[in-house]
Amino acid sequence: MVYSEKVIDHFANPRNVGEIENADGIGEVGNSKCGDIMKMYIKVEDNTIADVKFKTFGCGAAIATSSMATELIKGKTIDDALQLTNKAVMEALDGLPPVKVHCSVLAEEAIKAAVSDYYKKQGVDPEVIVG
Amino acid sequence: MREIYADNSATTKLSPVVLEKMLPYLTEVYGNPSSIYRIGGKAREALDQARENIAKNLGAQRANEIYFTSGGSESDNWAIKGVAHAMKKKGKTHIITSKFEHHAVLHTCEALEKEGFEITYLDVYENGLVKPEDVAAAIREDTALVSVMYANNEIGTIQPIPEIGKICRERGVIFHTDAVQAAGYVRINVEEQHIDLLSMTAHKLHGPKGCGLLYVRRGVPIETLIHGGAQERGRRAGTENVAGVIGLDAALELALDGMEERNKRLSSLRDRLMDELLKIERSRVNGDRVHRLPNNVNMCFEGIEGESLLLRLDMNGISASSGSACTSGSLDPSHVLLAIGLPHEIAHGSMRLSFSEETTDEDIDVIAAVVPEVVQYLRNMSPLWEDIKKNERKGQ
Ligand SMILES: Cc1ncc(COP(=O)(O)O)c(C=O)c1O
Ligand SMILES: [Zn+2]
Repeated sequence: MVYSEKVIDHFANPRNVGEIENADGIGEVGNSKCGDIMKMYIKVEDNTIADVKFKTFGCGAAIATSSMATELIKGKTIDDALQLTNKAVMEALDGLPPVKVHCSVLAEEAIKAAVSDYYKKQGVDPEVIVG
Repeated sequence: MREIYADNSATTKLSPVVLEKMLPYLTEVYGNPSSIYRIGGKAREALDQARENIAKNLGAQRANEIYFTSGGSESDNWAIKGVAHAMKKKGKTHIITSKFEHHAVLHTCEALEKEGFEITYLDVYENGLVKPEDVAAAIREDTALVSVMYANNEIGTIQPIPEIGKICRERGVIFHTDAVQAAGYVRINVEEQHIDLLSMTAHKLHGPKGCGLLYVRRGVPIETLIHGGAQERGRRAGTENVAGVIGLDAALELALDGMEERNKRLSSLRDRLMDELLKIERSRVNGDRVHRLPNNVNMCFEGIEGESLLLRLDMNGISASSGSACTSGSLDPSHVLLAIGLPHEIAHGSMRLSFSEETTDEDIDVIAAVVPEVVQYLRNMSPLWEDIKKNERKGQ
């Protein structure tokens, strides 16, 4: 199994690692039993992801996709962020080995979970918007 | 950057001494050992000599009890399927093995289960050791075979093979052991230890890949696995891997030469490293510390995942392995770590280091310095570690 150079780069130097104090939304997905957990924090201003941070327990692919996903949604509108698919994250990383595809869905799910949390905190039912 | 290869249980570097012995059989002496002209005869002679010497080194009474194969996986498959199918004709369809065998044994047993064989998987307890009395209790009237590995490939625990062998002999049950990891680190004597079948492979002892052997005690009923030509006394077809066999013999000879000295040095390196790394909070050693291969360290660090640990060690020049799900490409972590009772989330954070005679004191110093840094780095970005610390604070 070989990771692309981009995956290795994002794994070795993950972008946006950490927490946001008083985050507007926090999403945690995955579980320790299957081996990958991702927690995402977002700061929202004018319907835009003004800042995003993450913490991930997981393999190289899980950490690299977390890092790339945060890069891809930073500065984007919430609507655009919700459009981000794991496929797009994988493409941005120049692909993942087939056995690692399942690790990349976490990032997409974490964004949805963080946005849902944001809407809930705003008193909006996230079901309609996030799905 | 200093490169430290610490994955010798996966495979080893070919020894230059072994290579030198092999070379003539890859160049001038290329004849087929079954041919009657001189260049074939020379190859045959070398093959026979290697067989003699290996038999002596394993404590076998006869050279013709040694059968050359393509490696550990084939030997395990042949031993288990071969004996199972032969014994089925005598109405014996029960096999005893352990929960933490190599997949070459476990998946073979699972295949036999589908054919109607019944398999008992023995517990290996928290220390990763089979209890001989459990073997005795599991033996039945219809038991065809007991197969217990000599040393485990992940946690390095050395099983009480002579005791198990004795029980099997007394009860008249055929006993196979996968000695792929033990060979070269443990004194094996198939006679004294009552072993009926034994698997070995060359590439774990600085020999070439793709060459191994199955010891089959004379009189043990076993069916052929690889059908074809009359090689290996008609029991294992295929033109012999002459250079490979020469390499296997040379590698075993080399490993046994000065083994006790080497083991002493390696186990002191191993123990020093384990003690050093146990200073990391929420870490543990997997498997018994005493009944253990001298070159094996296997530990878990809570709150981190094994593959990312390996990748970061690799960035620091250290090659290691892990039993995490994500390194195996499945959703479950290593069956070995689960068999010794580790919960999934802890098993995911495992690391195996396996050394060789090339490993130095300085290598151990480097590893002892790098691992705690990497563990801390990964814990800092782990939401699981955050939860562990939160619960700790709550608990106080
Ligand atoms: C205990 C054990 N059995 C069998 C094998 C398989 O040996 P080979 O790679 O020669 O097929 C291995 C090697 O991974 C092993 O560690
Ligand atoms: Zn993963």
